[in-house]
Amino acid sequence: MSPKIKDTLFRIFAIFCTTLGLATLLILLVDITIKGITRVNWSFFTNLPSRLPEQSGIYTALAGMVSLLLFTLLIALPIGILSGIYLEEYGKKNRLANFIEINISNLAGVPSVIYGILGLELFVRLAGLGNSILAGALTLSLLIMPILIVSTREAIKAVPNSLREAAFGMGATKWQTTSRVVLPAAFGGILTGIILSTSRALGETAPLIVVGALAYVPFIPEGPMDQYTTLPIQIFNWTSRPQQGFVINAAAGIIVLLLFTFILNGIAIYLRNRWYKKTAI
Amino acid sequence: MASKKFKSEKLIEWTMLLCSMVSVLTTIGIILVLSIDSIKFFEEVSFVDFLTDKQWTPLFEDKHFGIMSLLSGTLLTTTIAIIVAVPVGLSIAVFLNEYASKRFTSIVKPLLEVLAAVPTVVYGFFALQFVTPMLQKVIPSLAGFNALSPGLVMGIMIIPYITSLSEDALRAVPNSLREASYGLGANRFQTAFKVMVPAANSGIVVSIILAVSRALGETMIVAIAAGQQPKLTFNPLESVETITTYIVQVSMGDVPQDSMEYRTIFAAGMTLFVFTFILNNLSFWIRKKYQQRYE
Repeated sequence: MSPKIKDTLFRIFAIFCTTLGLATLLILLVDITIKGITRVNWSFFTNLPSRLPEQSGIYTALAGMVSLLLFTLLIALPIGILSGIYLEEYGKKNRLANFIEINISNLAGVPSVIYGILGLELFVRLAGLGNSILAGALTLSLLIMPILIVSTREAIKAVPNSLREAAFGMGATKWQTTSRVVLPAAFGGILTGIILSTSRALGETAPLIVVGALAYVPFIPEGPMDQYTTLPIQIFNWTSRPQQGFVINAAAGIIVLLLFTFILNGIAIYLRNRWYKKTAI
Repeated sequence: MASKKFKSEKLIEWTMLLCSMVSVLTTIGIILVLSIDSIKFFEEVSFVDFLTDKQWTPLFEDKHFGIMSLLSGTLLTTTIAIIVAVPVGLSIAVFLNEYASKRFTSIVKPLLEVLAAVPTVVYGFFALQFVTPMLQKVIPSLAGFNALSPGLVMGIMIIPYITSLSEDALRAVPNSLREASYGLGANRFQTAFKVMVPAANSGIVVSIILAVSRALGETMIVAIAAGQQPKLTFNPLESVETITTYIVQVSMGDVPQDSMEYRTIFAAGMTLFVFTFILNNLSFWIRKKYQQRYE
């Protein structure tokens, strides 16, 4: 085969591969929309879970998901962002920082279900939190921590050194420089990381099943110690039932879940583009 | 005044260091939690049985603890996913880097990344409700729960992991190499596969390792579409159970704490963790070793 034919063949194959990826995404979206759109109406959002698919809704699942995310961010944001700042601005060259870096890269690759096992033993059993929102939020916090840390570091890394030097030159201390010059300049990037990790936490299912998020929760959680369910778990529960009515419900739930996911990712992409333009002086 | 300022600076630095230690503690926590209950598990089940028994039935009367039945399901779905994702993901990376226009790349890349943003429970639904029925029309002997359908869907899901990292690696290859290749009369295909890909091989290997690790640990797709029957088989048309599915299955039931059934999820989790831990460290090591090659 001449190199020229190989070149053409590869071009065709590569275009086929690209189409395969994008077409699958399109088919997935169309298929789910066709299956579920009839069920997406106001009562679907306001109904409690029920034995009858037509009367089931995602009210408690949505409420549970929102409170779970709020608590997760409340715990994960300060710790994750401060770690990112430390690793990038302070402990850059020492051994400890290097060790922590290997750790974070490792944690990013740990399967989410393993975080579930950690949460089950540590928060649910040892700390005695039971199947509470707090136990779920702590587990998810550990899960999204590596994403937060890495994106914070990337954002800080992109801040030009001249800004730091100017601040030091004017007599600012290390923390003054970090908090008043570096962090404001890195804000867009850090915010992007926060949104992407929220999107990740939003879709998580497996670790929450392990730490005991329940499929049937007929009430709205009112505090961090209450039991809860979330949208992905509700979808999983509906998917694994034999009745066709619940399959429609699952598809409808997926439409809502995907809307949340895509909105968050859209915001993140928009922010990233805007922020890149700003920093690329 | 000056010393007070110095003190608060130190305080902040220590607080931040403390926060960074959370990630170290998480790793230690994972290893400890998995080990302690795994050790209790292996006090009752011999390690040899664990590796050689062909059945995994901890939830039945006649208990067997052969991890191979779960491991084979895990490796089967992972293999199918990798067979799809590596050629497809890599071809797209080479295409975007060497063939496509900048405009095409800037549109296609973010669209492909949407594939990685879709929650896995959605893919599970898609595999069970769309891909399996479609495949059954072509392969009538395909079971309702099978390894093939979730494997294929998982393969599509990890395409962007491979494309993204490989593309970064290809882009890091200095332009001089490409120009030298063209200067010697090579065409685009020869330049791409005889110069660029070999020059970026460490980055490409890292992307594949990370994709394997991601597929091994994937839970919801296989929990929904692959079934819950631990079976020592490499037949993609049958239903299988992966390690991750087993953990989810036990978590959903009412398993009493401190029972043998409860400990099995730690032994299964430990097995999974060992695999992904080795792969992740390998990729980290390769990345560190070859990072500065072209700087």
